[in-house]
Amino acid sequence: MVVQGLTGREGSFHAQQMIEYGTKVVAGVTPGKGGTKHLEVPVFNTLAEAVCETGANASVIFVPPAYAADAILEATDAGLPLVVCITEGIPTLDMVRVAAALQGGRTRLIGPNCPGIISPGKCKIGIMPGRIHRQGHVGVVSRSGTLTYEAVDQLTRLGIGQSTCIGIGGDPIIGTTFLDAIRLFNEDPETHAIVMIGEIGGNAEERAAEFIQANVRKPVVGFVAGQTAPPGRRMGHAGAIISGGQGTAKEKYAAMAAAGIHCIQSPAEIGHTVAAALGKAVAK
Amino acid sequence: MNIHEYQAKAILARYGVPTPRGEVAFSKEEARTVAEHLGTPVVVVKAQIHAGGRGKAGGVKLARSADEAAELAGKMLGMKLVTPQTGAAGRVVKRLLIEEGLDIQRELYLGLLVDRAVAAPVFMASAAGGMEIEEVARENPGAILRETIHPAVGLQPYQARKLAFGLGLAPETATAAVPFFQALYRAFTETDALLVEINPCVVTRDAKLIALDAKMNFDDNALYRHKDLRELRDLDEEDPLEVEASKYGLNYIKLDGTVGCMVNGAGLAMSTMDIIKLAGGAPANFLDVGGGASAEQVKNAFKILMSDPEVRGVFINIFGGILRCDVLATGVVAAAHELQVKVPVVVRLEGTNVEQGQEILRKSGLNFTIASGMKDGAEKIVQLVG
Repeated sequence: MVVQGLTGREGSFHAQQMIEYGTKVVAGVTPGKGGTKHLEVPVFNTLAEAVCETGANASVIFVPPAYAADAILEATDAGLPLVVCITEGIPTLDMVRVAAALQGGRTRLIGPNCPGIISPGKCKIGIMPGRIHRQGHVGVVSRSGTLTYEAVDQLTRLGIGQSTCIGIGGDPIIGTTFLDAIRLFNEDPETHAIVMIGEIGGNAEERAAEFIQANVRKPVVGFVAGQTAPPGRRMGHAGAIISGGQGTAKEKYAAMAAAGIHCIQSPAEIGHTVAAALGKAVAK
Repeated sequence: MNIHEYQAKAILARYGVPTPRGEVAFSKEEARTVAEHLGTPVVVVKAQIHAGGRGKAGGVKLARSADEAAELAGKMLGMKLVTPQTGAAGRVVKRLLIEEGLDIQRELYLGLLVDRAVAAPVFMASAAGGMEIEEVARENPGAILRETIHPAVGLQPYQARKLAFGLGLAPETATAAVPFFQALYRAFTETDALLVEINPCVVTRDAKLIALDAKMNFDDNALYRHKDLRELRDLDEEDPLEVEASKYGLNYIKLDGTVGCMVNGAGLAMSTMDIIKLAGGAPANFLDVGGGASAEQVKNAFKILMSDPEVRGVFINIFGGILRCDVLATGVVAAAHELQVKVPVVVRLEGTNVEQGQEILRKSGLNFTIASGMKDGAEKIVQLVG
């Protein structure tokens, strides 16, 4: 894996954490610092060069928002199959252009404005605290960062491990959607149950619910953050806004309930609900 | 970021969108001068606030002379305007737009925004001008025309024609609509807008297409590359605490409750509000201290929470990811010392360096209640606030 923006403060800190978790970080990219080493990892000026020299097949992006769209496109151009963009605050119209450029290509983008992806015990590409995870069979997909940690922590404390946890990001325009992630979890034999953590804004939860109703036989547990959020205000995430009465938690819960998803009202009950859905004895 | 109608019209006019002649007025005298200058039999006096629904609330009036315009301006300036979008508190009118009156034949709706589902801009148009588009969408969704725009090529003339003829415009008006719509799209992309709304866009008796109203909302994330737009921000239209928070790059939204919340991450912050409600309390705010918040920034966040007089207790809910609990604890302790916090504070810390964080809180000599989880924390603070 390559770290785009390796030498920056966040890039350095999290690259170190990922290396400690066991992720194979083979290169970093910082324009102008090519030929040097950082955290004992070789740094290149361009991503193309880094991929050519190291054979990397994934990247994680920590570059500042003004340059992040460019970094995603650079990763696409290098033909990487997986690109995870952590950066928060990318202009929406930059992401519109990126989304158009990604269409039909072979790159799967996760994020931006997300914590990344982790398969506990195997590989972590992102900023989530590795130690709260445990290897297992629940797939977690979420628009949030820290709320995902909360959910994962609850699962782990109950002895329920995770197959993969994907933070898809809180922006209005993102690469991998709930629908994409749930489709992957549905096909993954290692995943026996799915946790979907949505929030107000947009209709991605509703679209995923339709797919789940038609195609998914694994138990799915759903939570939506922002039941108390006022309409018309952006709740921190650029994508978390009820506009024109649309994108409310109520609508999302209704769609999820109609699809047979186990709906959770309290964010403190995510772990217990999954345990119940799995019909598993809760290990205290 | 929102701007006023007169500012939006000035921007759109620069891109070639036809707008009525008019100027902003900050006083009765200025209103008279503008009306005299316009010289039309009818002028329109429009209250400039960042909220819709002004007409019905008495914020838009017609004047048949410069004297009448001045008189109306005198009444409107300083008036508190309450519309469905302002909430009960309303907004004080401090600026007016004085415009020429037009002879109107038809009213249309035009809107540009990013459609999240297809990740592309969409141009919306409806023959039901003057109505809220959400209302049209609910009652007669078929009445809304939509053209999805490929960002690489922009709004094409054929798309503009589809919209124009779809609206039932006469051929000569439809011809004028093509450069009008394209100018609107250029303004949308070049200013990094999230929303451009012309409601209504009117067809005059002499078959001209004119933007009678204009609303623009810009992407805060893109303001770094638009110095000119940043200068249009009107702090009078924003909550003072939210303005203060934005100076520190904090995501803060004032709500009506009594439990102040400080949380890292937007999703967790929203669900913290939710769980306070479930525990029987009411959140006083949304506050996301963000990912890489420094101790200094956390201190600022705490100051903002404490300057809300409604706050009777604070719930700090932190699940460290990027954010380190020790950094947070240092900030909280420093701020609590400095501000001599009297209200109860419940702290729930989890994640990176949690032990050091709790140690810092315990050694601080301050009265913090440490919670073992989100639910526990919410219940404790609701109980303490009473």
